[in-house]
Amino acid sequence: MFISMFGAVESGVIYAIMALGVYLTFRVLDFPDLTVDGSFVTGAAVAALSIVNGVPPVLATLFALLAGFIAGCITGLLHTKGKVNALLAGILMMTALYSVNLRILSQPTLSMLNETTVFNQLDTLWSMTGIDAVLNGLLSVIGLDRFPSTWGIVIIMFLVTVVIKLVTDFYLKTEVGLALRAIGDNKRMIRSLSANTDNLTIVGVGISNGLVALSGALIGQLGGFADVNMGIGMIVIGLASVIIGEALFGTKTIARATLAVIGGAIIYRMIVTLALRVDFLETGDMKMITAIIVIFALVGPKFIQMRKEKKRRQQKRQELSVQSGGRKHA
Amino acid sequence: MLNIANISVTFNEGTLDEKKALNGIDLELAQGDFLTVIGSNGAGKSTLMNVISGNTLPDVGDVVINGKQVVHLPEYKRSALIGRVFQDPMAGTAPSMTIEENLAMAYSRDKKRKLKIGVTKKRKSMFRDHLRTLNLGLEDRLSAKVGLLSGGERQALSLLMATFTKPNILLLDEHTAALDPSRAELITSLTEKVVRESGLTTLMVTHNMQQALDLGNRLIMMDKGQIIFEAQGEAKQKLTVENLLKEFQRIRGEQFEDDRVVLG
Repeated sequence: MFISMFGAVESGVIYAIMALGVYLTFRVLDFPDLTVDGSFVTGAAVAALSIVNGVPPVLATLFALLAGFIAGCITGLLHTKGKVNALLAGILMMTALYSVNLRILSQPTLSMLNETTVFNQLDTLWSMTGIDAVLNGLLSVIGLDRFPSTWGIVIIMFLVTVVIKLVTDFYLKTEVGLALRAIGDNKRMIRSLSANTDNLTIVGVGISNGLVALSGALIGQLGGFADVNMGIGMIVIGLASVIIGEALFGTKTIARATLAVIGGAIIYRMIVTLALRVDFLETGDMKMITAIIVIFALVGPKFIQMRKEKKRRQQKRQELSVQSGGRKHA
Repeated sequence: MLNIANISVTFNEGTLDEKKALNGIDLELAQGDFLTVIGSNGAGKSTLMNVISGNTLPDVGDVVINGKQVVHLPEYKRSALIGRVFQDPMAGTAPSMTIEENLAMAYSRDKKRKLKIGVTKKRKSMFRDHLRTLNLGLEDRLSAKVGLLSGGERQALSLLMATFTKPNILLLDEHTAALDPSRAELITSLTEKVVRESGLTTLMVTHNMQQALDLGNRLIMMDKGQIIFEAQGEAKQKLTVENLLKEFQRIRGEQFEDDRVVLG
């Protein structure tokens, strides 16, 4: 149980980078961008191909980020300059990327099992620190006897994700970032304040997909392969993370919202892990579970609010009828 | 400051719905002029505004602001020179962002936006000073989301955002029309004050003839895409609503058809 939860947090921290990308388009730009399903794979594919061809893993991962950025910019271009509906622009790009990804991989699945990935390198460095022994020692004190193979990935990836979060927070507070946020809030206004909304949207969607591709590159390396189908439903997973996070941790400030998104991504992974331990559920049911989680997170809070409001009104009515009860029935 | 020469705009050209929205408009505003524009529905007032702001591209004609030909510049580039307040109080501010963030965005209007923090301490105190001039207590609510403000407060904020960077031209598009009478009066007096104090070259469209007479040093009346009547200086000061209506009847040979103008 602990080991599988540990695995959930480990991949959750990496998926959080993808969720931050989805947050940028879905919430900040108010641009429901479906490119994500394609650009996630593009990231994994570019990193895998580069690594197989001997590019240093860190550089390969940065290539992936760049590829995602370009893919996102094209979606942004389609939407702003081509005046294509946002959803349709994303779907077109996602479809086109499927073929592009297949070309990059030149086969449905490209294995990195015998290659050195960022995580292998990280492991080597990490094992020199000796932190694992300390943490595992702590675990055995509380009575656990099976330990994760390494703490390095989860800790380093957590730090990386937090750095990305902090950079995003900063960016959204700059003059450029304020204008970007205003696009999702009141486009007409920010145009009347001399912001080039087209270019900002293009760059915004680009950055978002850059993050998504980065996440895909890391997930690919973590699993040891890149598969052309690994991105199916990714946008829904991203949305689930954003929505769960917002519902649980709130969105009062930008810093709070991005933190919520990271939390949402990790909790989503934990929910899926728990769900898969239920006997009658199979791996193939994951998409269904995800959809149900999103629906629940979307509808649940509104439903609860409605019930509360109804109860409040009922109470008011009751109070009033007690007060005026005598007169009414007289 | 603003030169408009021979501007014509035609909508749906070549179809049954063809409409000449503006027909050879010439207009010249000197630095510090405050022009009010009146006219019935469909007279071309809003189209004139949109041509100046870059929302609508004219078929022919020139728009020159401060000696610079801007008729081919896209809207976002022109906005560096133009401050605008819309009729809809929701249109001029971003509701899910704070008052200080909205002001910071407006502050960047005539500058290049950089990767520097938008709301700094120094700017905050400047924003506070500007907000104080509105007398609405907004200076104590810098970090409140704008969506929480009332329509009148949002419009006052929009006015401040449009003016505090001293644009070359200020465009007011019936900016009091959607407010209740007391709020409208407040915004009108704020407008009068801010334009007087910073000497902005201003163009205000209004449906309210009395407002058009009370504010500004110049007035034009438009009808069917043309300027049919002009007054300025002393002549404008002597005008009354009745004069204006009579004037319209004399020129056009028909009744002024818009009730809102008289009642508003």
